[in-house]
Amino acid sequence: MCSLEKRGNLFILTLTGKNVEHRLNPEVLSSIISALSRAKADSTRGSALVTVSHGKFFCNGFDLDWVNATGSKQEAQQRFDYSLDCLTQLVQAFISLPMPTVAAVTGHAAAAGVVIPLCHDYVVMRRDRGVLYVNDLEMGLKIPELYMAFFRAKTSGWALRDLVLRGLKIKGEELLKMGIVDAVYDGEEGVINAGMKMADDLARRKWDGEVYAEIRKGLYSEFCGMLGIASKAIGTPKF
Amino acid sequence: MCSLEKRGNLFILILTGQNGEHRLNPNLFSSIISALSRAKAESTRGSALVTMSHGKFFCNGFDLDWVNAAGSDEETQQRFNLLLDYLKQLVLAFISLPMPTIAAVNGHAAAGGVVLALCHDYVLMRRHRSVLYMIDLDLGIKIPEPFMALFRAKISGSARRDLLLRGLKIKGEEALKTGIVEAVYDGEEEVTNAGIKMADDLAKRNWHGEVYAEIRKGLYTELCDILGIASTPIATPKL
Repeated sequence: MCSLEKRGNLFILTLTGKNVEHRLNPEVLSSIISALSRAKADSTRGSALVTVSHGKFFCNGFDLDWVNATGSKQEAQQRFDYSLDCLTQLVQAFISLPMPTVAAVTGHAAAAGVVIPLCHDYVVMRRDRGVLYVNDLEMGLKIPELYMAFFRAKTSGWALRDLVLRGLKIKGEELLKMGIVDAVYDGEEGVINAGMKMADDLARRKWDGEVYAEIRKGLYSEFCGMLGIASKAIGTPKF
Repeated sequence: MCSLEKRGNLFILILTGQNGEHRLNPNLFSSIISALSRAKAESTRGSALVTMSHGKFFCNGFDLDWVNAAGSDEETQQRFNLLLDYLKQLVLAFISLPMPTIAAVNGHAAAGGVVLALCHDYVLMRRHRSVLYMIDLDLGIKIPEPFMALFRAKISGSARRDLLLRGLKIKGEEALKTGIVEAVYDGEEEVTNAGIKMADDLAKRNWHGEVYAEIRKGLYTELCDILGIASTPIATPKL
């Protein structure tokens, strides 16, 4: 599923999933949500989280084997919808996490799998391997409104078009130009180390986690609005 | 006016109009909107549309001669408002078109002509002999909201300010750098051929037109709200 390790002020979340593609089903999603709850419970000022994985795939989307292993089309649709609901809960958990988050994208991310790195505050990616592939159009699927709002929060203009309306498998360098990733590195070790270093640098800023999360939610106002996650008033600030 | 040619999977819309400026008046507007209806009616999976014209101008905006040939100030205003309504309808038709769209901008585009170019999914332009000029500020004309929403969806930051608020004639290279256009070419033949080639490449992806249009609308939510186009849910996806 996933593992959560604490190293000093850093929480290191490793995606393992059920197989090499680290595909998402309710069990996997639930396990990641639990890990985030643990990180939240153990968080202090100056915490940060970095998400990594190993191998060819970062996250290749929903576990369609599980979705389709039912008696009927209707049941398959239900399983798909349920997976989507669990994904939405995970996104909410990331967006509310009271610490900076970095995704170190070590391999391919496709379909629902693209959402995972993008719900981090920062994305570092391999230059030499790995693509982000929003394949809904290719599959003849409309992207749910909520996730269009999510993508709109992360990018706009021609970059948004290229992400969702062009069936592209987009490499690190191009994503860097699009402003979707923050930096690219060679090699799995290279990107993981860079991700940890970035998380570490952010942790050193010793930000108030609650304030951080509230400001972050403001970057996703449309998405949060659709989900009904209101911003909280923070107690008397210290000037 | 305009002509619509079908070439395999491609719809080729050519602006002809009176004189070389292809200025927008009720005749040209009706003619384009009809052509788009025909393209929509005849569309299949893997359709695509490319818009082009020939000569010094792509489209030099509203036919102000026609507007000003009205009997009174009141009628002049009415004629202008009519053109605005037509332009809204045009934008609506393009945004809902169930296929990828490309504008091959062979010459100058001003005001309404810029809107026409930018309501395509992709804009190709000549490197020289072609500018995008939002002349509205220089003429003392306010840009109405629906079109502002189109610009806000497509372009951001200083590029948006430079296009709308600076009276600049934006040349090919600048438009490319700021992400307003996808690519630039030397010569009218090169840009129109490139438009046809790009349309062809996109057509080969064989996307479902209905899904394409729905995802596209997600790039323009503010504009869609203003124009009153709701997103439609697409029926049971094939998983």
